[in-house]
Amino acid sequence: MTTAAFFVLAHPFLTSAFGAGTAIAVASGLVGYVVVLRGQVFAGDALSHVAFTGALAALAFGVDLRLGLYGGCVAFALLLAVLGRRSEADDTVVGSVFAWVLGLGALFLSLFTTSSSGTGGSGGTTGVSVLFGSILGLSGSQARTDVVVSAAVAVVLVAVARPLVFATLDPAVARSRGVPVRALSTAFLVLLGVTAGVATQAVGALLLLGLLAAPAGAAHRLTARPFRALWLSAGIAVGSMWAGLTVAYLVPSVPPSFGILGVATAVYLSTFAWTSRRRRHGATGAGGGAAPDRAGPSVSPLVTP
Amino acid sequence: MSASVGRIVALAGPGANPVDDVRRMLALHFMVNAFRAGAVVAVLGAVIGWYMVLRRQSFVGHTLAVVSFPGAAAALWLGVSVTAGYFAGSIVAALVIALVPRSPAGRAGSQESAVIGTVQAFALATGALFVSLYGGFLDSVTGLLFGSFLGVSDGQVVALAVVAVVVLAAMAVLGRPLFFATVDRNVAVARGVPERVLSVAFLLVLGCTAAEVSQITGALLVFALLVMPAAAAQQLTARPVLGLALAVALGLAVVWSALGVAFYSTWPVGFFVSTFGFAAYLAAMAVRLVRARTRRSAEREPGPAAVGAAGMVGA
Repeated sequence: MTTAAFFVLAHPFLTSAFGAGTAIAVASGLVGYVVVLRGQVFAGDALSHVAFTGALAALAFGVDLRLGLYGGCVAFALLLAVLGRRSEADDTVVGSVFAWVLGLGALFLSLFTTSSSGTGGSGGTTGVSVLFGSILGLSGSQARTDVVVSAAVAVVLVAVARPLVFATLDPAVARSRGVPVRALSTAFLVLLGVTAGVATQAVGALLLLGLLAAPAGAAHRLTARPFRALWLSAGIAVGSMWAGLTVAYLVPSVPPSFGILGVATAVYLSTFAWTSRRRRHGATGAGGGAAPDRAGPSVSPLVTP
Repeated sequence: MSASVGRIVALAGPGANPVDDVRRMLALHFMVNAFRAGAVVAVLGAVIGWYMVLRRQSFVGHTLAVVSFPGAAAALWLGVSVTAGYFAGSIVAALVIALVPRSPAGRAGSQESAVIGTVQAFALATGALFVSLYGGFLDSVTGLLFGSFLGVSDGQVVALAVVAVVVLAAMAVLGRPLFFATVDRNVAVARGVPERVLSVAFLLVLGCTAAEVSQITGALLVFALLVMPAAAAQQLTARPVLGLALAVALGLAVVWSALGVAFYSTWPVGFFVSTFGFAAYLAAMAVRLVRARTRRSAEREPGPAAVGAAGMVGA
């Protein structure tokens, strides 16, 4: 580990990767916790595919990749917010829309590849790197932008965390206490869109869902207290990012995205082993503490898309 | 390689006579195979997709579709059959999702979706690893993700048809109890329907379907064929048999027209499949909205008979 730390300081591309990676992991860990709490993982899935289409649309039309990335994600997040407000939006509507957006992404990939493939097909490489991430290829200025954007997301999320968790767990009571439930849910979707945009550059459009879901799922299993879980989720995400990048550096054939998600998935898996063992020990004393398998009406607000 | 064949064919372009164009297209053996395979895939995707939409399992369906990619990438790397790879990926993922214990804390919905999301992302990361180990042509990677229909062999068509028959036969057995368990879970459980077994069996069926459809549309666009014809059919009718028939008809129309257009275009077939499917869905939604509006306006201007009936009820 110490030799790895030495190499990190020696190579500028690793400094960029670790700096940007840490900031992105904090943002996705924090946002991911609320995503899982609100039961909006499918929305995160949809946004990750929109990120791909947005980036490739920008490339196909010859503008900056990040413009398409953030523009596409935020626009789709607003669309989800509008669809959700009309209350007839379910996962079928979301699914149909993003399947079509993904088809558009395939078109842009093909347009971009044919327009730039005269000399050797750099288009295909770019397409694959948007899908699967290229954190080791971040330049210094890109890394700085990512840090600024991620920090902004994290600050905003922490600022609205208390009312947001309240509005998620009990929307009716929150509304009657004057919490702007609707505005919060729109703001949160936009935040999720920005997170998807920034995380696409680290782990890629197809894999950012893991950075949102796995640390948050682990934190949910480890503690039921919302604010402890919020920070725990960010901590697990950062730990996975560092360990994954180190593995990818030490074993060159392992892509960094695989390292990061492999560690995050392993942590999530181990929480299953840990909590089921604890439950077995607890069950001998308390006797069936795990009985409420279906907790009735308190579940329903969490499942809304 | 397949892309360049497409480009050469497309250079010929459509002529003035559409019948002649279709005849010219069907003279090519690989196009005939593409239409056959497309038909198999469309029927299967529509039937299983109809149940998926009914059960609100779009997220699971999408995940099972996407995880066929690492299976296929592993097969490419190991040099074994890509078809086998697609099936292995989807079936393993279906088993993993089925085996995950229900959450102890009572937040069944959100916990389960975190698991599904993690399975999906990890599987795709594994796919990226295999692609990096394989280190070969990027064309084949984008082919796995976005589909290519030009290289379907006779053997593959037969294999697709056999699997489709097996899956549809399984669905014929599962169909009625599954419908019952989906529409009214509590009553079905009380009547002794094995709900847990059925949902695991359905996950496996969904996995096989996703693997089958991936071979034509690519792993990322399977979802379009699963969700769109079925969602369109459910906008139009709530009756099961009619809905299934409608979904199959829409699926066939979408796939065949997409193949036909893609033949004369340099644009990818996946784009046409998802665009035609989405158009069908939007059209179905519009039909439903118009129907609802005419019904509402008919209620707002009640004829003498309706007024009489209301008066009798009041008395």
